[in-house]
Amino acid sequence: MRILGILVCVATGAMLIWASGEFPPWGDPNSPASLHVSPRYIEKTMEETSVPNAVTSVLADYRGYDTMFETTVIFAAGVSCFMLLRLFSGRERSSHHYRHILTGLTLRVRRKGKQLPELEEFEPMDSLWTPYDLILRTLCRFLIPFIQLFALYVIAHGHHSPGGGFQGGVILGASMILLAISQDMRSALRRIRERTLAIFSVAGVAIYAGTGALCLILGSNFLDYAALSRIFPVDPVGARSLGIFLVEVGVGIAVMATMIVIYHNLASEGFLDEGL
Amino acid sequence: MIWQLDLVILTLVVICGIGSLMIKDLLGAAILFGAYSFMMCVLWAVMGAVDVAFTEASVGAGVSTVFFVAAVFHTTRRTKD
Repeated sequence: MRILGILVCVATGAMLIWASGEFPPWGDPNSPASLHVSPRYIEKTMEETSVPNAVTSVLADYRGYDTMFETTVIFAAGVSCFMLLRLFSGRERSSHHYRHILTGLTLRVRRKGKQLPELEEFEPMDSLWTPYDLILRTLCRFLIPFIQLFALYVIAHGHHSPGGGFQGGVILGASMILLAISQDMRSALRRIRERTLAIFSVAGVAIYAGTGALCLILGSNFLDYAALSRIFPVDPVGARSLGIFLVEVGVGIAVMATMIVIYHNLASEGFLDEGL
Repeated sequence: MIWQLDLVILTLVVICGIGSLMIKDLLGAAILFGAYSFMMCVLWAVMGAVDVAFTEASVGAGVSTVFFVAAVFHTTRRTKD
């Protein structure tokens, strides 16, 4: 069976490599894609959508349906992780760890059911990852706002530079994941609760689809952003740029919330109380 | 494209890819897979597809490695079967 698998792998790989020999060379100006597809978008993007980054305009405007359903796929991935991993009330961990803040001693409390009441000199800690590092904690605390600022820049500046809603959303989610790793999952969940995350991941997809539906209501095709010029004070070309921005914000929110949901469920085995 | 740079990146991609399949330790495999993603990101950047490189760096090398590590933390050292 093992030899058969290796044979199939090698045969498929050899066929793929053989087929890739038929491709036009990298950057060939006479390849079919460079002859009429790419010049069309490169030349017309600026006058049709007023977005300098052709990749963003192709992703969010010319191929808007693709990106919408990509966002839906991300949302579906988050929902399926939630359904598979999340354990609902009635299931508790058998023991909890507490740290005495003044001395740094670790306490293991075996008590099924209720947790200990919130005590001032003890703080709850994650069972899997016990060492306490002040430098790491403070540095991450210092770093996270800058990561989030950069993520917002990536989302908002996707029109002019590489980036956009997807990348910015992932970075924004990663900053919250860093908080959950460097501090503990409870404090990350206190900042942004599970219910909020669920609402955000739905809201992101709804913003995308809602922008499309708004164009439909205003009398154009679905996701034809030029119609937005009827309610916003911009010309039809500027309205396309505005529509792309709205859509990117939706993608960013959905991706951020989904990434955090997946991490929380994975790292806490579905209990959503303590992680790494 | 500079062929020396290309050669180094492609060699590292192949090494990381095969290594992450072959290695027994799950954490090591996750880290090698992250390195593989990062090399792919560099490859995209060298070929001029900066948007794809950005996505690969944030999703492939960043968040998915974290997911893998989070999942590996809940496995045991030796299999039960």
